[in-house]
Amino acid sequence: MTVNEEQTLIDVALENLLSEVEGLHADGYRLVQIGCTDIGGAYEVNYSFDKGYQFKNLRLTVGPETEVPSISGIYWGAFVYENEMHDLFGIPVTGINIDFKGTFIKTAEKYPFSVTRRGGDQCRNA
Amino acid sequence: MSIFQMTKTVIRNLTGGPATRQYPAVPARTCLLTRGHVAIDPSTCRSCGLCSKRCPCEAIRLDKEEKVWEIDRMRCIACGDCVEGCPFGSLTMEQSYHPPVTEHVVERYTITYVKPEKPEKKPAEESTKEEGVGESA
Amino acid sequence: MPERIIVPFGPQHPVLPEPIHVDLVLEDEKVVEAIPSIGYIHRGLEQLVQKREYTEYVYVAERICGICSFIHALCYSQGIEHIMKIEVPDRARYLRTIWSECSRLHSHLLWLGLFADSMGFENLFMRSWQLRESVLDVLEDTTGGRVIQGTCKVGGVRRDIGQEKLDEMHRELDPFEQKCRDLGDVFLNDETVKYRLRGLGVITKDEAYALGAAGPTARGSGVAMDHRETGYAAYGDLGFKPVVETAGDCYARCAVRVKEVYASIDIIRRAIEEMPEGPIDVKVKGTPDGEYFSRAEQPRGEVVHYLRGDGSKHLARARIRTPTLANIPPLVKMLPGAQLADVPVVVLSIDPCISCTER
Repeated sequence: MTVNEEQTLIDVALENLLSEVEGLHADGYRLVQIGCTDIGGAYEVNYSFDKGYQFKNLRLTVGPETEVPSISGIYWGAFVYENEMHDLFGIPVTGINIDFKGTFIKTAEKYPFSVTRRGGDQCRNA
Repeated sequence: MSIFQMTKTVIRNLTGGPATRQYPAVPARTCLLTRGHVAIDPSTCRSCGLCSKRCPCEAIRLDKEEKVWEIDRMRCIACGDCVEGCPFGSLTMEQSYHPPVTEHVVERYTITYVKPEKPEKKPAEESTKEEGVGESA
Repeated sequence: MPERIIVPFGPQHPVLPEPIHVDLVLEDEKVVEAIPSIGYIHRGLEQLVQKREYTEYVYVAERICGICSFIHALCYSQGIEHIMKIEVPDRARYLRTIWSECSRLHSHLLWLGLFADSMGFENLFMRSWQLRESVLDVLEDTTGGRVIQGTCKVGGVRRDIGQEKLDEMHRELDPFEQKCRDLGDVFLNDETVKYRLRGLGVITKDEAYALGAAGPTARGSGVAMDHRETGYAAYGDLGFKPVVETAGDCYARCAVRVKEVYASIDIIRRAIEEMPEGPIDVKVKGTPDGEYFSRAEQPRGEVVHYLRGDGSKHLARARIRTPTLANIPPLVKMLPGAQLADVPVVVLSIDPCISCTER
C-alpha cells in the first residue's frame, strides 16, 4: 500500500510568512525542507513542516526579484535551504543567519534554475 | 576482555585465506542476471524500433531505411529495458562489462534480417552479409 | 586569548569519500566555528525531469546516489503512484522492502567501514567491507546490479525473486547475522572504540529536533523518528520500531547504525517468510497530474521527493531533499568544541552523502 497521508497545503502571503512559521514552531513542528518551483515567470516556495509524520506545507508565491525574509531566525537550520534558494534560483533572501552570498553551492553558471535566465540549454542531448 | 573483541576475527582471517580474488587473473564474479552490456543479433532484428523508443538515455539509434542499428556505449546505462522490450529476442544482455576506453564508442551494426517470402515455405535466409562492426567518433 | 586560525577541511580529504568543504575556525587545536560549503558535484538532475518521461526518470532518480539508489527509486515511484492512484501488487511491495533493506544493509556496512577507517581501525574497516560484499552479491544475484539495482519502476518492480533464491537467502541470513553481530560487538563493546567516540560531537534531543536532523543523526539523540513507521511498502504489514539511542554523541550514532543492521536483517527474514504470491507489477496508463511530497527512509534519514505533474508525460518539477542536506545544520552545531583531530570522525558520523545532497 502506498501511504495515503494527509498533506495540508496552505497558501501564505509574503507578509504573513514569518508569523505563520512562528506559529508552527510554537506548535512543535520541525522544518522538513524549503523548495522552489518555477511556475513560469514566478516562483512557488514550499515551506514543509512535519510533526509526528503529519505533513504541513506553507506555499508562498513570489515574483522573480521579490525579497523573501529568512526564517532562519526561527529555524536555525533553514540556512541551507535558503542559501540553496538564492544560489540556484536567484531569489534574494534577507537576513539569513549564515549568509554565503552565493557561494554555498558553486555552479559554473549563476542561478541555473532562475526564471529570468533564458539562454542556451545545457542539458540537451547530443 | 573488551579490548580483544577483534582478536577472534583477526585469527579467523589469518587462517582463512584471502577474501578477495586476484582480478584480472581470476575473472570477476558474475551471475545470470548481471547487466554487463547489450548485444544484438542483426540477423533477427526486424527494425521495429521499440528498443530506441524505450531507451531512457537515447543511446540506441535505428535507421530503418539504411538498416543500421547503432548503440552509443557511452550513453548506455545497461538498464536492460530494451532487452525486455524486444519482441523478437534480438537483444540480449551479456554479463561481461564493456571494457574501459579513452575514446567515444558508437557501435554500428548492419541489420541483415530479410523478410521471408510470403507464398514460399522457404525458411529465413542465411546471413550472408557480414555484420559491420565499426567505431566512429 | 589564543590566536584564531582558519583551517580548510576538504573537499579532498582522506576520510571523505565525496567532496564537502568545511572551514574550521580554530583556537589552538579546538574548533570554535565551522562553515560548510558544497557544490562541487552539482549535476542538475532535478532539471533533467523535464527532459525525461516520468517512467524513465526512475533511472535518473536511482542515480542520484550510488548508495541509497534503490530507495530513491522507491520514493520516486511511490510519489508517482500516489499522484496517479496506482495500487501496487502485494508481492511488489514485499520485494521492494527486501531490496530497500538490502540497500540499507550495504550502506550501513559501508559506513561502518568508513567510520572505522576514520578512527584508524583499518582491520575493522576491511571486515565491514568484506561483509558488505556478501550483501552486494545477493543484490547482484537478484537484480543484476551491485549498487544500481534498476528494478523499481512506476507500478511495481521489474524483476521477481524466485522461491529457490528466496529460500537460499533465508538460509544465509542466520550465518550472516552472526557475522554482523561479531562485527557489531567490536563497535559497541571495544574499549578503544568507546574511548574514541564517547562524548564526541554531542547534540541534544531538542537541538537535533529543532535543527531538523534526519535519520540516525536524529535517532542517536533520542528523536524516535523513522519514516518506515508510517508503513510504506510492506513495513506496515511487517511492523517496525525505530532504533533509538539517547546519548547524542558519535558512539550513539554508531550504535544506532549497528542495531539497524540487525533490524534490517530481521525485516528481510520476515519479509521472505511472509512473501505473498501474485503479480509483481500493474500496467501504468496515463500521465501524472497533480503534486505530492513523497517521503521514505533512506539509510541516512528521511528523503523527500516533491513531484509535480502537469498532465504531460514529462513532470513539471521534481525537488529532492536528501537527508544529508538536512544533517548539515546539526553538523555545524556538532563541530564547535571538538579537537581538530576528531573532526574527521564527527563529520563522518552524520554519514555525509554529498552526491545526494547536490543532486
